[in-house]
Amino acid sequence: MSPPLLGVVEEEGQSNVTLLASPASAESVCLNGLGLKERNYMGSAVSAASDERKTSLNLKATELRLGLPGSQSPERNPELSLLSSAQFDEKPFFPLHPSNDGHYSTQKNVVSGNKRGFSDAMDEFSESKFLSNSEVNAMLSPRPSSNMGLKPGMLENLGVQQAKVKEIVAPKAGQERSHAANETRPPHNSSANNSSAPAPKAQVVGWPPIKSFRKNSLATTSKNTEEVDGKAGPGALFIKVSMDGAPYLRKVDLRNYSAYQELSSALEKMFSCFTIGQYGSHGAPGREMLSESKLKDLLHGSEYVLTYEDKDGDWMLVGDVPWEMFIETCKRLRIMKSSDAIGLVSLPNMKHPT
Amino acid sequence: MNYFPDEVLEHIFDFVTSQRDRNSVSQVCKPWYKIESSSRQKVFVGNCYAISPERVIERFPGLKSITLKGKPHFADFNLVPPDWGGFVYPWIEAFARNNMGLEELKLKRMIISDECLELISRSFANFKSLVLVSCEGFSTDGLAAIASNCSFLRELDLQENDVEDHRGHWLSCFPDTCTSLVSLNFACLKGDVNLAALERLVARSPNLRSLRLNHAVPLDILQKILMRAPHLVDLGVGSYVHDPDSETYNKLVTALQKCKSVRSLSGFLEAAPQCLSAFHLICPNLTSLNLSYAPGIHGTELRKLIRHCRKLQRLWILDCIGDEGLEVVASSCKDLQEIRVFPSDPFVGNAAVTEVGLVALSSGCPKLHSILYFCQQMTNAALITVAKNRPNFTRFRLCILDPTKPDAVTNQPLDEGFGAIVHSCKGLRRLSMSGRLTDRVFLYIGMYAEQLEMISIAFAGDTDEGMQYLLNGCKKLRKLEIRDCPLAMQRF
Repeated sequence: MSPPLLGVVEEEGQSNVTLLASPASAESVCLNGLGLKERNYMGSAVSAASDERKTSLNLKATELRLGLPGSQSPERNPELSLLSSAQFDEKPFFPLHPSNDGHYSTQKNVVSGNKRGFSDAMDEFSESKFLSNSEVNAMLSPRPSSNMGLKPGMLENLGVQQAKVKEIVAPKAGQERSHAANETRPPHNSSANNSSAPAPKAQVVGWPPIKSFRKNSLATTSKNTEEVDGKAGPGALFIKVSMDGAPYLRKVDLRNYSAYQELSSALEKMFSCFTIGQYGSHGAPGREMLSESKLKDLLHGSEYVLTYEDKDGDWMLVGDVPWEMFIETCKRLRIMKSSDAIGLVSLPNMKHPT
Repeated sequence: MNYFPDEVLEHIFDFVTSQRDRNSVSQVCKPWYKIESSSRQKVFVGNCYAISPERVIERFPGLKSITLKGKPHFADFNLVPPDWGGFVYPWIEAFARNNMGLEELKLKRMIISDECLELISRSFANFKSLVLVSCEGFSTDGLAAIASNCSFLRELDLQENDVEDHRGHWLSCFPDTCTSLVSLNFACLKGDVNLAALERLVARSPNLRSLRLNHAVPLDILQKILMRAPHLVDLGVGSYVHDPDSETYNKLVTALQKCKSVRSLSGFLEAAPQCLSAFHLICPNLTSLNLSYAPGIHGTELRKLIRHCRKLQRLWILDCIGDEGLEVVASSCKDLQEIRVFPSDPFVGNAAVTEVGLVALSSGCPKLHSILYFCQQMTNAALITVAKNRPNFTRFRLCILDPTKPDAVTNQPLDEGFGAIVHSCKGLRRLSMSGRLTDRVFLYIGMYAEQLEMISIAFAGDTDEGMQYLLNGCKKLRKLEIRDCPLAMQRF
């Protein structure tokens, strides 16, 4: 549990409820003392499709919202936002993030609603499980009888408030951790103006519900399509660069460079690590770090030539055509050993006209 | 029936194949339980932590085929921490230790390591089928082990897995004696494959019916493969980029003319759409088309392609098809049963389809019963029309990219629209909702959605009353996915 939140709990005090006696053990007290049976995911019943209820206990929500005159004390926010970066830490408990306080700071009646709500709710804790969301405070009380605890009016007030809610998750449930931190969320209230631009969608975790595999594929595919089509437009133009003898290839964005010289230097830097061995094998003393100048000598010597594959699939020597034409036709680069480059016009060095 | 000898009962039970039915059979009486358990060969475990491998082995000693599901559905959307679990190793280790004759393994959302794959390949002599869906934790080295050691491998099906690519030559690891392949799907692999090995493998697999290639297989190889495998039923094109005037393209056309059995087409992972006309030959016979990974195919080329697909039953597409494209689908694909429209630009959050496309589909496709629809906006009027047009929906999943967006015209919550859906579609089993929704929608769902088994809710509802309506009303509910809803839930 995060210390800042514990601090918050202590401040709030409203301790008609002994459950909150010691913040440090608050969680365990809340969970165990309430007679809640932890449903261990391991122990749930076999069935052809077992329940996959994504629920979470929102005990902390009640404590947090307890009785403070304002909706939240401002200093809590930074603490929580610090925690937000640790959303998927191993710790099972992590806070949801507050939504934009700005939207709801004018809801004054919420607070009194909270107070009542809280004490009502805590009485009935033993029966309850809660779902939470970062904006609304869900602690609604689960009276076992038909009266679900809080009066509807209260609930609406509560519903409006932005609360930091802490989600307590039973061990069974990794799935219960599903309330990952929402940094910002679109306003969610019948009285709020929904037609205004919502919070940036990218910040809502897990929405839209598309498999990450699909998202990543689409991102890569659109990049590749650009490469392949040789679209001369904005956006990167990544092409593969291979070097004979290197264990893996690299990719460079040709749009980062405006001349052959720049490309040449970049490649030298990128592939310097692979030539250390060769250098060593040429009798150089030990495996000293290759300096750029030594590498240049190596590359500019007769050791390697830079070639490219053009749109027709032919291997050409880099440097013959103007740069703009080059980047339009180049599909991949290969740093070839001079000894292999017999078919191409061999130049003793790689100094190309810019 | 108690007077029948066990062998007769066993024989009768062989005709009972569905998991649910077999579960029911086993609950009739003790003798039936014993016979059913000892004769069951296919086991389905919906939650890998629900039962221990030892218990499964004990109960089903004749187990040959097992399906295991690990992480919950929300894991697909990064809503579950990465260390949640779902490791299959304990299962495989237990099966190996107990000398189970495992032949088929299907995993969904689980973690499987290379060591585990190797263990599988060494422990089960008759191992025939490996299907991995949305799994992770392994690399091409593990695949190499499977390829090398499973002499009777029929199926290697990798769907949307996160595979570490070591650029190994796993395809070359299939021995020359391996001629049993029926299905090979490696579309999700990111790296290069040994193309010569692939060609040889296809050439020596006369039973190959399903082949899905990854992006690293270029057109000229595709053409050669098709020449060698004209009996393919399911084809996943890898890379489809070429020059329409080239020799290769002409050869491809010739090859496609011979492929009269292709019923399912997918892939086009890198596509230059100008030359899709080669595939117009195949389209008239297609029942399944998946272009959801082909953002390069859109506009007129896409519509032309779809117009040829008169027998299509299943279509997975990107929203760049647009409402007009969906109208083409509605007018051309009268046999359509399932459609999924995915957003092509999930990061920016702009979908290119709206309620117009949905209404068109509902009115044009009389057999449509399953839909997943990512859209920019929705209206109650549209949903009500859809409900009237298409009361036969069994799966209705609507995802508005802005999750709490109300009716685009009236600004009202979408309660009435979804209410109409559940009221009209009496057979609805699965529902996903989005948009601005209050407790009212749950009232409707509780009242009308009697067959509902799975529901996904996000950012919906106001109070716990909503949950009460839902849980009291939907007696058949098995799976409930909720995120970010202000609803309290009483334990039940």
